[in-house]
Amino acid sequence: MSIWRQLTRGLRTLARRGETDAELNDEVRDYLDRTTAANVARGMSRSAAHRAARLELGNPTVTQERVRNSGWEHGVETLIVDVRYGLRRLRSNPGFTAVSAITLALGVGATTVIFSAINPILFKSLPYPRADHILAVSDVSSGPVTFGTYREILQRSRSFDALAPFKPWQPTLEGGSEPERLNGQAVGSDFFRVLGVMPARGRAFTAAEDRSGGPRVIVISDALWHRRFGGDQAIVGHTITLDDDPWLVVGIMPPSFEDVTDAGADLWMPLQYKTVFTPDDREWGHHLRLIGRERAGVTLAAARADLNQIARAPRPDLPRVPWASLANGLRVESLQDQVADDVRPALLAVFSAVLVLLVIACVNVTNLLLARGAQRRGEFALRAALGAERGRLVRQLITESMLLSLFGGLLGILVAVAGLRAFVAVSPAGLPRVASMHLDGSALTFGLLLTTVIGLAVGVLPALHASRDDLQAGLQETSRRSVGEHHVTRRVLVVAEVALSLMLLVSAGLLLRSLQRVFAVDVGFDSSNLLTMQVQLTGPRYRQDDAKARFLDEALDAVRRVPGVTEAAFTQQLPLSGEFDVYGVHLERNSDPKDDGAALRYAVTPDYFTAMRIPLVRGRLLNAHDVAGQPRAALINQSFARSEFGADDPIGQRFRFGPDDGQWYTVVGVVGDVKQAIDALDSRKAVYITPSQWHWVDNLVSLVVRTRSASDASSMAPTVRGAIWSVDRNQPVVRVATMSTLVSTATAGRRFALVLFEVFGVAALVLAAVGIYGVLSGSVTERIREIGVRAAMGAAPTDILALILRQGMMLTAVGVALGLIGAAAATRGLVTMLFGVTRLDPPTYVGVVVLLFGVSAVACWMPAWRAARIDPSVTLRAE
Amino acid sequence: MDQPNTDVIQGTLDLLILKTLSLQPMHGFGIARRVEDISRGVFKVNPGSLLVALQRLERQGWLDAEWRQTENARRAKFYTLTRAGRKQLDFETADWRRRANAVARLLSAEG
Repeated sequence: MSIWRQLTRGLRTLARRGETDAELNDEVRDYLDRTTAANVARGMSRSAAHRAARLELGNPTVTQERVRNSGWEHGVETLIVDVRYGLRRLRSNPGFTAVSAITLALGVGATTVIFSAINPILFKSLPYPRADHILAVSDVSSGPVTFGTYREILQRSRSFDALAPFKPWQPTLEGGSEPERLNGQAVGSDFFRVLGVMPARGRAFTAAEDRSGGPRVIVISDALWHRRFGGDQAIVGHTITLDDDPWLVVGIMPPSFEDVTDAGADLWMPLQYKTVFTPDDREWGHHLRLIGRERAGVTLAAARADLNQIARAPRPDLPRVPWASLANGLRVESLQDQVADDVRPALLAVFSAVLVLLVIACVNVTNLLLARGAQRRGEFALRAALGAERGRLVRQLITESMLLSLFGGLLGILVAVAGLRAFVAVSPAGLPRVASMHLDGSALTFGLLLTTVIGLAVGVLPALHASRDDLQAGLQETSRRSVGEHHVTRRVLVVAEVALSLMLLVSAGLLLRSLQRVFAVDVGFDSSNLLTMQVQLTGPRYRQDDAKARFLDEALDAVRRVPGVTEAAFTQQLPLSGEFDVYGVHLERNSDPKDDGAALRYAVTPDYFTAMRIPLVRGRLLNAHDVAGQPRAALINQSFARSEFGADDPIGQRFRFGPDDGQWYTVVGVVGDVKQAIDALDSRKAVYITPSQWHWVDNLVSLVVRTRSASDASSMAPTVRGAIWSVDRNQPVVRVATMSTLVSTATAGRRFALVLFEVFGVAALVLAAVGIYGVLSGSVTERIREIGVRAAMGAAPTDILALILRQGMMLTAVGVALGLIGAAAATRGLVTMLFGVTRLDPPTYVGVVVLLFGVSAVACWMPAWRAARIDPSVTLRAE
Repeated sequence: MDQPNTDVIQGTLDLLILKTLSLQPMHGFGIARRVEDISRGVFKVNPGSLLVALQRLERQGWLDAEWRQTENARRAKFYTLTRAGRKQLDFETADWRRRANAVARLLSAEG
């Protein structure tokens, strides 16, 4: 009741101010009249009675004011007045308004973009019901787990409602104009149950389908359904052809389904591993990822304890193989953490950087507001003299800065819309959850919250300063003799800006140097003029190893006949491609049956070394005689030779590699080290064998083609692909790229972080320069008389120039000193992103300091030059 | 002024207004006069405070206000106690008595 009255009465007052005012006026007048009448009745004269009444009531206007100001609506009215006045002030100074609003807009925009990008990865829960209950399990020693480990956990652990192993699966879809290789996953039958999302049409896999030799059934994504099957409902229950085999579509996932374990996955098949297997079976290979849904009431800590207890205590009925002994335990983390793990340090560094930039932007606007406050001292003094309370002035100024930041914030959201699009467009492949990066409610809330905080932050200092001014000094504002203390504040702020910019620039510099180092890395082969592509051998006719080998030979012949091609070779693993194919090694001379570590496996055709220009260090290369049936020959790289044989001659030594089938590989030669990953710090051991002397012939191989010129390498892709298809039209050729593209893809993450840091660094530098310029130019204006006196006393223009420059340089120097300390501390967060440089890399720091001094010298020059040209006869007369 | 008059004790103005209006509806001036009369001039009501208080009490739903004709065809804003206002009066009266008794006891305990 009373709230209702409060509201309606207040609204009525707001809507019909005139009417309520008139009513109040009537009431006060009536009161006055009655008092007068009462006084007359007590025998006073009419005029004396009226005077006495006035005396008692006080000033009727003041009384009315008191009543008016007592309701809540008064606050609203004040706000409206303040907003109107603020808008007028902002409009009257469009230059200031534009500069501040744009500065804030860039700050808010950039911060909102980065927030929207990291929010789905780091903060928002995954797009699954009770996503925090989804755990990822990995082997501490190897990362991926074996099917054997999964089976043991499944039987022994009581922490999970559902568990699902999975691995990538890339089938080829036929039936279109060209065979298309799709990205999919082979998954345990409980995969969708773990994620908590079921197909929108059809069904998920049954346990019966997930067994060796089970039926060919798939679930497809909504995207694939629309892209390849036109959204035809009838597809469920029908078969499609993958790798020459018919597969039955049993389900279609809902459009909203996002597979965070593989963002590009478009279809899923049951894993179909054997339940009975030997150590040489793939079931004991480390190539599966494992996720599970916690049973209700089980905590992460409990699940972790449970699984590690299982890892520590093998059970005789569930024997393990030596390489999957779980000796180092199992890592149990939330799926969210696993997805974010790799990128978290980089994202947090980028987010910190953008926050620093935002702070610099705010400092700049605060400085502008302070400068403007100094110009408006007369206005404030006058208002204070007319009775405005200090709180009222502060409130008004905060309203103005709020308006400013609101403009900035709204502009900033527009900036963010464009910026986020650009961010996603240039983001490196492998950045998780790109699909869910958009300006959603939480990003907008974040932006608006930021705007509010900024409005307060940039407004408070100038408001307090302006309202603290002493009236006397303010009213005599024509005299500029007094140097207000807010100049101290402004200088402190500029120093802070310089320090923060230095921190950003040092970070950007360190990343730049890291990237230079990455590019300077000797990859161990000649990456120019190389064209690469992947060929997948699919279909029943390639189930025989000799058919595969024959295809490789014929395809190579066809490719070599293409004009412009100088050499061509196949390898199952391409350097710098992100592939990582590693097998265990056991040396014959180590009688102890322990593992001799692992080595990268390269199954290559003999021409590989000449095509890649990988140098032979000793012994011989592989040749056409190293084929199935002949003694197995292997090349090892220098790292292998050094670490296993030291000074001994490795030639003739024998070792087992991969599954133990009783046969030995004999080292026939040593070749130079090649980097498999571009930013690996040291080379790993590597073994080269021919495709037919490996335990099986791979289905997925990469073709490397050396061409006469770099332009050939990119333009010849269709011709080379045509040559392959001349051998077999049905084999998909994918991932066509020149080696230089692979190099740039391999460095995409680094370059992306670098670009962001560079953008933020340059923006910070510009803002700091503007800040220095603003403070100095204000200071010259204030000191115009002093400078005039100096000039009149005989100071040469160069002296005055030096005076002002010195002042600016002092600010820079203090800022740089503080910034160096800050940078030395802040770059700690950058360590994981650096390569080949320490975080205290002296050239970077020196370079950035020189840059900052240079830029600030430019910023100081203008005001200094203006000061030097001051004509004393003019300035002194002006007083 | 023959004897010093005191401004209404802080916080009791509401009580005095409610009490006065419980006798009969009245306009602002009437309330002020009535308070002064009954207190024999001990309390003097500041008109500004009175009008602010009346607006507040009216918004709280304890008073109703309406313009009425008075003598000589003049109009005045009359305030009437509502049912909620009467309850509030009872509450404040009881509260005041309790406090006054407590103060009285404290004062007599000293002697």
